Amino acid sequence: MLIEKYKQEIDSILSRYPVKRSALIPLLYLAQRDEGFISEPAMKEIAGLLRLTPPQVYETATFYTMLNLKPVGKFHLQVCKSLMCALAGSDTVIGWVKTKLGIRPGETTADGLFTLTAVECLAACGTAPMMQVNEDYYERLTEETFDRILADLKKDGTCSLKTGPFMWPEAPKAQ
Amino acid sequence: MPKHELILLKNMMQPGYTGSLQDYERAGGYQALRKVVGKAQPAEVTAMVMKSGLRGRGGAGFPTGVKWGFLPKGYVGPRYLCCNADESEPGTFKDRQLIERDPHQILEGILLACYAIGAETAYIYIRGEFVLGAKILEQAIAEARTAGYIGANILGAGITANVWVHRGAGAYICGEETALLESLEGKRGLPRVKPPFPATHGLYNKPTVVNNVETLANLPHIVGRGPEWFASIGSPPKSTGTRVFCVSGHVKRPGNYEVPMGVTFRELIYEQAGGLRSDKLLKAFIPGGASAPFLTPNHLDVKLDFESVAAAGSMLGSGGVTVMEEGTDMVWAALRLMEFFYHESCGKCSPCREGSSWLVQTMRRIVAKRGRMEDLETLVDLCKNIEGRTVCAFGDASVAPIMSTLKYWRPEYVALIQEAEAANLIKLEPAGARH
Repeated sequence: MLIEKYKQEIDSILSRYPVKRSALIPLLYLAQRDEGFISEPAMKEIAGLLRLTPPQVYETATFYTMLNLKPVGKFHLQVCKSLMCALAGSDTVIGWVKTKLGIRPGETTADGLFTLTAVECLAACGTAPMMQVNEDYYERLTEETFDRILADLKKDGTCSLKTGPFMWPEAPKAQ
Repeated sequence: MPKHELILLKNMMQPGYTGSLQDYERAGGYQALRKVVGKAQPAEVTAMVMKSGLRGRGGAGFPTGVKWGFLPKGYVGPRYLCCNADESEPGTFKDRQLIERDPHQILEGILLACYAIGAETAYIYIRGEFVLGAKILEQAIAEARTAGYIGANILGAGITANVWVHRGAGAYICGEETALLESLEGKRGLPRVKPPFPATHGLYNKPTVVNNVETLANLPHIVGRGPEWFASIGSPPKSTGTRVFCVSGHVKRPGNYEVPMGVTFRELIYEQAGGLRSDKLLKAFIPGGASAPFLTPNHLDVKLDFESVAAAGSMLGSGGVTVMEEGTDMVWAALRLMEFFYHESCGKCSPCREGSSWLVQTMRRIVAKRGRMEDLETLVDLCKNIEGRTVCAFGDASVAPIMSTLKYWRPEYVALIQEAEAANLIKLEPAGARH
């Protein structure tokens, strides 16, 4: 049960809104963080917490692409395929995933580590091609950096090539 | 040194600037808020914004002060401010930089707007993918709360202003202001029929203002340095101030460039962004995000202000300028954008929901060299039956790539179809030859 595990966090979320239903997406995110995806029991529990019917929760949950109603791999590779990234070679990146991991968009590797999704614009057009892996952005991808990201993710679960606070072109360096 | 004076990107261009409260205050931050809270009437702040000529930076370009002025006078009860940080327009990545590099500039803008419109609660609706941006904003809010800029009794003036970060979850349409409100209410992000407008019936049916990140980030400068100063920048009287333009595609130095409105596309593309990569010729550019019709090299001397770009048959939109070099397949480019709109159509209005699917199928057929000449009429017919027939502006936006590429590069469509027809004829010929 989410309420037992995250009582304080749930109370804090609820306190921000005068109408309970506004807490729906934040609570769905909480459920997703807990299980890796949003399960039916979690949706039912959230419905109870917010005094909604389960279909009201489901209709919202099914609208948003970032809410996963099915389990995804440990690392969710989301490669942007919109025009701006495509001009800079995003189809090539999707090709690398296929060659190196053997998965196409919508598929997960047999070991459950990687899921590939071709997504629409992630607001990083000036640093294309790019991908988001779980919560992190990786930009200006080359085959070399791409290989390193995959290796580091497998080994350490994270990679230092992820983007920090964004600025492009970069600010002048301090003397 | 940049050629033009920077306003919004000035702080973050300073070496070592971290965006912390301390850095922001040292750069003169929160002085504008101190100048007005408890010292000037809220209406005076609105008057300043009106006088500055500031227009919304999200896409529509509506005058900000006028938008605020639509709130019902003398209304008793809660009012809300929503900061639209759902930056999702393909080609646009300016808000991300403003949020992650100088969050307090936005917070000060939010607080000034709250003061002007009498809102005690503001929500920053940030696109779900900006996990880092949301964390940075939350941290900045905590800093500002401790310093007494946010909370009950801000700056000891007896005024309450609370700011919360609310993450979206991956839906382009939630950048449309009424869809944003629906989403913030925990529903599917379906745009509302207007009127009534959010100014009277917004979040929870209460008077609400929705402003873009960049719009709000301008407020501390307008209040701090005066509306006359702001109104003198750019291309007055209708396009004042600077804009952070996002240049992407086939240029040497893609990125965010802040320039006064009214510079030409030629300057932005060739001077700021360094011209085309590999020094190829320019073939096409999109002047204001995916929703803006494509333009050609003939439009390079068009000025980057609302009126000039509109007169050229496109729109300044969100400020996302995408450059395409000679050799880019324009039918393919239009298909890519159409796939975006098909994916993001919320499904509320039939013309957009069904039409976008049909457009994608027809375009895919043409690109795959299986098209027929009558497909071109089908495309135009579909576009005309979407445009102007939907609840929100998404419908109009979704047909821009196809309509504008058909206008300027129709021979490319025809060539693909002729190739398809020629291939079909060859296939048919042996059968016919037997008789």
